[in-house]
This record gives sequence, C-alpha cells and structure tokens, in this order.
Amino acid sequence: MLVNRKLILAHFWLAFAVFGIALALGAWQMFIRSPIGIWLSNPELYYRSLTAHGTVMGYVFPTLVAMGFGYAISESALQQRLVGVRWAWAGFWLIVAGSVMAVIPIALGRASVLYTFYPPLIGNVFYYVGVVLVVVGSWIWVALMSVNLRVWRKANPGAPVPLAMFANVAGSYLWAWTAVGAALELLLQIIPVAAGLKSTIDAGLARVFFSWTLHAIVYFWLMPTYIAYYTIVPRAIGGRVYSDSMARISFILFLVVAMPIGMHHTFADPQVGAGFKFIHSAFTALVALPTLLTVFTICASVEIAARLRGGRGMFGWIRALPWDNPMMLALAFSFVMLGFGGAGGLINMSYQLDASIHNTQWITGHFHLIFGGAIVIMYFAIAYDLWPHLTGRELIDLRLIRTQLWLWFVGMIVTTFPWHWVGILGMPRRMAYFDFGDPAIAPQALSVTLSAIGGFILLASGIMFIVILARGMRAPQADAGPYQFALAVHQPATVPVALNTHGLWVALMIALTLTNYGYPILTLALSEGTSVPAVYVGAQ
Amino acid sequence: MSAEETHGSAEVAARVERRWATIAVIIIVMMALLAAFAGIHRATMPQPRVETIDPSRLHLSGEFVESNLGSVLEANGNVTVRAIGQQYSFTPACILVPNDTPITLRATSADVVHGILIQGTNVNTMLVPGYISEQPMRFAKAGDYLMPCQEFCSFGHEGMWGKVKVIDKTEFAGRAKGGGRLSCVGQ
Repeated sequence: MLVNRKLILAHFWLAFAVFGIALALGAWQMFIRSPIGIWLSNPELYYRSLTAHGTVMGYVFPTLVAMGFGYAISESALQQRLVGVRWAWAGFWLIVAGSVMAVIPIALGRASVLYTFYPPLIGNVFYYVGVVLVVVGSWIWVALMSVNLRVWRKANPGAPVPLAMFANVAGSYLWAWTAVGAALELLLQIIPVAAGLKSTIDAGLARVFFSWTLHAIVYFWLMPTYIAYYTIVPRAIGGRVYSDSMARISFILFLVVAMPIGMHHTFADPQVGAGFKFIHSAFTALVALPTLLTVFTICASVEIAARLRGGRGMFGWIRALPWDNPMMLALAFSFVMLGFGGAGGLINMSYQLDASIHNTQWITGHFHLIFGGAIVIMYFAIAYDLWPHLTGRELIDLRLIRTQLWLWFVGMIVTTFPWHWVGILGMPRRMAYFDFGDPAIAPQALSVTLSAIGGFILLASGIMFIVILARGMRAPQADAGPYQFALAVHQPATVPVALNTHGLWVALMIALTLTNYGYPILTLALSEGTSVPAVYVGAQ
Repeated sequence: MSAEETHGSAEVAARVERRWATIAVIIIVMMALLAAFAGIHRATMPQPRVETIDPSRLHLSGEFVESNLGSVLEANGNVTVRAIGQQYSFTPACILVPNDTPITLRATSADVVHGILIQGTNVNTMLVPGYISEQPMRFAKAGDYLMPCQEFCSFGHEGMWGKVKVIDKTEFAGRAKGGGRLSCVGQ
C-alpha cells in the first residue's frame, strides 16, 4: 500500500540527481590528480570539488535514500497511510534549501574545508548552516517514523512490528543520535566562529565531537542496505529469511554498539588519552558482530532459495541461484565488497595496525568499498525493486540493469584496490596532485591512473542507472501489485518485548555514548588554553 | 510443510545459528585480547598522554622556538626530534636522525591540523594546534624517506612534503658533538 508515491519519488529523484553530480565531480577529481590529467591541475578547484563530493555523498544522498525508503517501508510494511505527510514535505524542502545554501559557498571557493570540516579552518557560515538544515530536515523524518510506528502499535496492540519497520525505526534513531556529535560541533564551536562572534576554537575538542558522528554515520548509511538484505532479497529471489529474531538482534546491536566507537578515528591524535582509544577500539571490534551475524543469516536465506529451486550438495546449490535476477547479482557484489571493505575496517580499528595506514589512501579505498560499493549497490537494487510500485510501470530491460550493476562492481574494484595498495606504501589522501617526477613517487603513477579509470567506469554505471530509472517513468503501465517484504522461515506469531520495542536499546545507546564520550569531552571542554586562532578559508 | 518438519528444522536452525554466533563472538574477543597484549608490550601504542601548548606563542618561547627545532642527542644516547608543521611546510623541512637508535618525535602545529607520516614506516601522527604529539620511532637502515603532510590543511596541502634522512649512528654522534640542533636542510 503505497499512497504517497510522489513524496517517495521526490526523495529518490533528488537523491539520485545529486548523486549523479557528485559522481561526475569524483571522476573528474580522479582524472586531474592522475598523471594523465596533470596539466589540468588546479588545487583550489580540486578542493572545492572534493568538498562538494563529500558533502553530497556523505550527508545529502544517503539521507534522502534512507528517508524515501523509510516512508515507503512505513506505508507498505505497516499497511497504513503515512501520518504527517505535510511534515514530510517540510523536511524534504528543508533539505533542498540546506543543500542549495551549502553548495553556493562551496562553488565560490569559500568553504573548501571538506565535509569533515577541519577546524580551525573555517569556511563561510552559510555552508555550515546549510548542513545543519539538511540534518534538521532529516530529524523530521526520524520523528515521523517514530510517530507512525506509535499509531500502528495503538491499532495493533502487542502484535509483532514488521521486521522492515522495526529496522527502519532503529536506523532513524541511530541517525538522530549520531548526528548530535557533529551538531554540537557546528552549533557550539564552528558556527559562532564562522559568524564572527568568536575568533578561537578548540580543534582537539572539535575532532572528538566529529568522531562521535563520523563512525556511526556509516551505519546509518548501511541501514537501508541491511534492510534490503533481510526484507527484500529473500523475497526477490524466491527464498525466505532464515531467522527473524537474528535480524532483529542485528539491528539492535547496530543501534547499541555502532554509536560509541568513533574515537578510533583519533588513534593518532594527541588530544585523546590511550585508555579511551583502547575502549573505543574494543567496541569497534564488537560492531563486527551484527555484520558477521548478517552475513550468516543472509547466506542461509539465499541457500534456502537455491534448495527450493533444486540446488543440491555442499556448494552445488550456489549454481542453482537465480543469477540473472538483478537482486541476486547486487547482493553477491555487495557481499564481496563488504568482505574486502570489512577486512580493511578490522585493520583500521586495530589499536596498533592503524598506524601503518592512518590517513593514507588506504582509508579512502576502505570507505569507498564499503559505502560506494557494498552500500550504494544495494541502493540501486532498492530503487529497481521499488520503482514499478512507485511509478505503476514496469522496468523491462533486465539486461541493461545487470550490465549497470556489473559496471559498478568492476568500477569500484578497479578504483579502490589500487588505493589500498598505495595506501600501504604511505601515499597520503586528499592531495590535489602528486609530483610524479619524484623517483620515490613515480612508481605510484600506475595505481593512481588505474583508480582514475575506475572512476570513469563508475560514472558510466551511474549514468546508466539514472537512464534506466528515467526510462522506467515512461514505460507502459503495469500493475505491480502490493509491495511486499520477505517472510521468515518461521514467521513470528509473538516477539519478546525486547525485540519488538526500541526503548531499552535507545537507553543503552545513550548510556554507552555518555560513558565512552562524556569524560573525554568534559576534560577537553574544561581544560584551559587549548583554543587556537581560527584560520578563515579564502581570507587574504 | 508438516508441523513436525517445522519443529525439526527450527531446532536445526537454532543450533546452526548459535554455533555461528559463538564463532563470531570468539573472533571479536580474540581481536580485543590481541590488541591488549600488543599494547601492553608496546609494539605500537597510540599516544598515551595529553599535553597542551599555545600555538600563537610557539615562536616566542618554550620547547618549540626555532633554535630548539631539529634533532638533539640526549645524554642517555637517545635522540629527540622537535618539529612544527604550518601551512604549507614542516620545520625543519629535512629531519636528520641516526639509525638503530631510539628516537622520540615531538611535534605540534602552528596553525591548522596537519599530519606527519614517514613513508615506508609506521610513523604516523596528527599535529593538532594546541596539543603536542609524541611518537617513538626507530630506523633499522640508513636512507632517505619522504614525509608528506597526511591531513588536509587547505589549498597548499599537496605541496607539503618533508624529508627524513637516516644516517649511520657514529656519523650522527660525530655531528652532534657540539650539542646543537641538527637537521639536513640544505644538504
């Protein structure tokens, strides 16, 4: 039951439009920093572009996908018209306004601070206010998801909350709380300085605030992908979810342990003591748990589909999977990239191993593999799956969809593998160009060139994706029927209260954050003389 | 599917699931224990202490005045290197150190966030204005290493490359006789 299709389509179209632009910027960046495009190098334009690419890909694109998908889940899983449609549109327009407000100073070169801000570098105040508006717009969505679930609960007392909605609301709470870190940094520290009310800022404290957001935000990006793994993939390939409760446990674990771990981003920082670094390292290890559980549960769910199709033997069933089904293909690609990216992540979070790759190109390789690869390829799959239900028209050209997914997978591997390699060699990230004439850097030229080629493969795939969706808007009409989510092998008749509500887990999430962040933040905030003069971008 | 079958498969599912969950938990506990073990043995440790410093007064007095930057041979045979990062260079731009000697790098930033990374080694630390970074290092072989700034520090970031020159420890001791601050700038 999808009633507010226009609202959902608006979110998706805006998401994919800005995604397309940011993707083109990304490919251009790769080109001009490679030896083939070195004659074009202009560091100032490069960092403008990088700021726009990061801001869109980090804040705007995944947020809009999560919101659009969230509204779709709320209506179709709960079988209930969306409550608060006007508010939803208000949130959408806030995001539009915030994005426009942020992008103008970026384009003018007044906010080249990258999406991670880097105080005491300070850009134009409208850039930060724009980012805040985007976040505020998304908080309306968080509230609406909570309200809609509450309305449903009232009408269905004690009934198990559909898995898709349970996960969706968990994802929205995760986002609401993780955004608080950056919000505090922006509102208490950066915006007063950018507005000229203050001239000094504590860079160390700002980095700790940002780390609060910086890691858990990845799990917010991940949520739609995991929801698709559990509630779309098994249905789309003709299988069943292996375990409904394991799915709920995974989402709860993300909610509780994804939050208070960001300080592993500051392993090499001088403003955090060793104790809290270790605690955060251990918690980061813990967040591998829901992913390991998910890999198992989804592989088992897929195996069920294969055996239902006549697959046999220990591994023989893999051949029986519907490989021509785009959803199957997307899942397989996503898992491969999640595997490589996750292994890299275990290295990053390691208390000791981090030193060898900290802030090198390895890190860029790692998170592009996870976000750009494992996560975004499932965003594509979600869009393909939902489109016929949103447009009332059929997506006919499966071959084109498969080609698009293949291109994305190949492009992502070609882009990120060389990055991992040069990262190990110690190539720093965020560099507008390299002096390939230096004999010590010359051997890395090949890797940088390969990555640039990968960037253009990704751009080609992104363009194909948008073309497929646009063509889908004009295809012949066809009724796709009601939108449905995958059933579990043992569909729960009742669910324990702890696995059916979020209260306890939200409380745990907040408590853990306060214990893991409270003391370091307090000591930094109370220590004297650590504020340093702001350095304004573009000031002469 | 009959009721009996459902029951049996549910049991199998629960058992396999439990096994997998146990393996996952064991992996994670092992990782944490490994990190703790290596940390206690100081294979590589993130910086343990927090020290602060006023970046706007670095050039006037204290540990990071210009005359005190560079490498110094301490009485116990160890070497201390002091350096600062600023847009868009390191001072000293070329760090001179002996091989096979425990070295302590002490560095800070004079303006925005920078990073020091010595290619081909595990030396890798952030320079945050207002705070002092300390990092132990040791070089087995003599040779030249590149030392780029690894953190975005505005438009000139890509041009911020320092160098590290590792020389034989006896040669270093000879040069350090006078007790001054050594660097390889201009060599």
